Amino acid sequence: MSSPQDFELEQYEGYGWWPLAVIALALVAIFGSRRLAKPLQMVLLPASVALIGLMVWQLSCDLSGTKIFPTPEQTAGGMMQLLRDGTLWRYIVASLYRVTWGFVLAGAIGIPLGLWAGWSSRSFQAINPLIQGLRPISPIAWIPIAILWFGVGDGAAIFLIFLSSFFPIVVGTMAAVRNISLVHVRSAQNFGLEGFQLFRRVVLPASLPQIITGLRIALGVAWLVVVAAEMIAVNSGLGYLINDARNMGMRYDLVVAGMLVIGAIGIVLDLLIRRLERFDEVRWGYARG
Amino acid sequence: MTLDGARRPKVVIEDLSKQFTSRGRPLSVLEDIALTVHDGEFVCFLGPSGCGKSTLLNIVAGFEPPSSGRVLIDGEAVRGPSRRRVFVFQEYGIFPWASVWDNVALGLRDRPAAEQREIIQRTIDLVGLTGFERSYPMELSGGMKQRVEVARALAVSPDVIYMDEPFGALDSLTRLTMRSELIRIWEQERKTILFVTHDVDESVQLADRVVVLSARPGRIAEVVEVGLQHPRDLGSPEYGAVKNRLYALLGVRHTI
Repeated sequence: MSSPQDFELEQYEGYGWWPLAVIALALVAIFGSRRLAKPLQMVLLPASVALIGLMVWQLSCDLSGTKIFPTPEQTAGGMMQLLRDGTLWRYIVASLYRVTWGFVLAGAIGIPLGLWAGWSSRSFQAINPLIQGLRPISPIAWIPIAILWFGVGDGAAIFLIFLSSFFPIVVGTMAAVRNISLVHVRSAQNFGLEGFQLFRRVVLPASLPQIITGLRIALGVAWLVVVAAEMIAVNSGLGYLINDARNMGMRYDLVVAGMLVIGAIGIVLDLLIRRLERFDEVRWGYARG
Repeated sequence: MTLDGARRPKVVIEDLSKQFTSRGRPLSVLEDIALTVHDGEFVCFLGPSGCGKSTLLNIVAGFEPPSSGRVLIDGEAVRGPSRRRVFVFQEYGIFPWASVWDNVALGLRDRPAAEQREIIQRTIDLVGLTGFERSYPMELSGGMKQRVEVARALAVSPDVIYMDEPFGALDSLTRLTMRSELIRIWEQERKTILFVTHDVDESVQLADRVVVLSARPGRIAEVVEVGLQHPRDLGSPEYGAVKNRLYALLGVRHTI
């Protein structure tokens, strides 16, 4: 990742980095405007932008003369160290374990609750104000209570992740059920659908696209919150890594490496959950035009 | 009206009125509607926008209660929707999450599997969607979606079909095709059809009788017997005469 840049750095030392940045900007302009093959453009365009970002990063380190903030190269070194001693995988697994538990619990409680409260207007009247009142409270504000209830450990972290993903799921599901088209409800009545049949053939499939959107938002928030949760309550995971690297010797290369891993896993999680949107049964909900 | 004695009354609307409350004030939508539709008859309700014709159809279908009066079908008061009387909606009432096959199967849940398959295939063939059984509504054109909805209604062999401007969202050529398809199917199956439209041509092309409603509150202004054999020649003087009569009743000048 960094060795070609060292080479370029020496080559252009007399002029500083700017010529390279200009070239990269020109590449962006070219790849952005030319009609390249679409897959090629989808790789080249963001890659050029990332390259510019890396150069700006390197340049900032050089110009400011910082001794603490890591260069891209140092960060790559930190990443290699984490990979080699196995902590990276262990921490990734630990973080995913907590997110999975918190997210699955939130879905298991939030989807049925949202379906019920969305369908019955009396239960909606009863619980919607409570949900809307609890929703704006940041999961971070729950940290002391989480520790009080679950002690310092996985339980508290999972509870925080559960809280953060529960509200998007329950609110999304409720809205989905309440938005079911009157025409579809009447069709169902007309063909005599009742009880479980009504639920299975109309209520659930009609709200599924929006439920999936709620799950997607929830998973994103859960992954955001795992870092905060692990900073306070546990001794493993990517959030712990970041906090620990700073506390135990100002290893900012590990801090930034951890951040990059969190970002990359976030992308992967979103790509995975978006696959749900492709099923024939829900594709209609995302169609444009 | 000489034939009426030989035909059985199917849908009887008795002194029906409907009021809504709008911004705290009562709003009369339908007043003193009385009508008898016979078995196998094709009746169009024609009127300006907002005259309450869709509300009337929704009441007859049992989706909404009347404020006064009642609707009898085969002599029994309507208390709610039923599988024997199927509604074809203005906007697509078919389920976008289900394939054409599963949509048509909706009303057949209680039948044996083999019978279901036979009926579904026959109905899909009847509306001309053979080959699209596994398609989803989003992959179909507007006209094809409306055919799915008609197939879904026909599959349960209903006595009565209610249609609320079913072809309103289609382009004019598709609309013409759909009308002649509907007449073809109706001549084959002879269901009683109550059809709401604001399109004079549509009513003259389809109906045995056209019920003209006045602007709000909707009352029956007149019931016009079309008296033309299918297939109808849209250029014939008889067709033009009925059309002119309807335009006159609606108070619209027929020249631009």
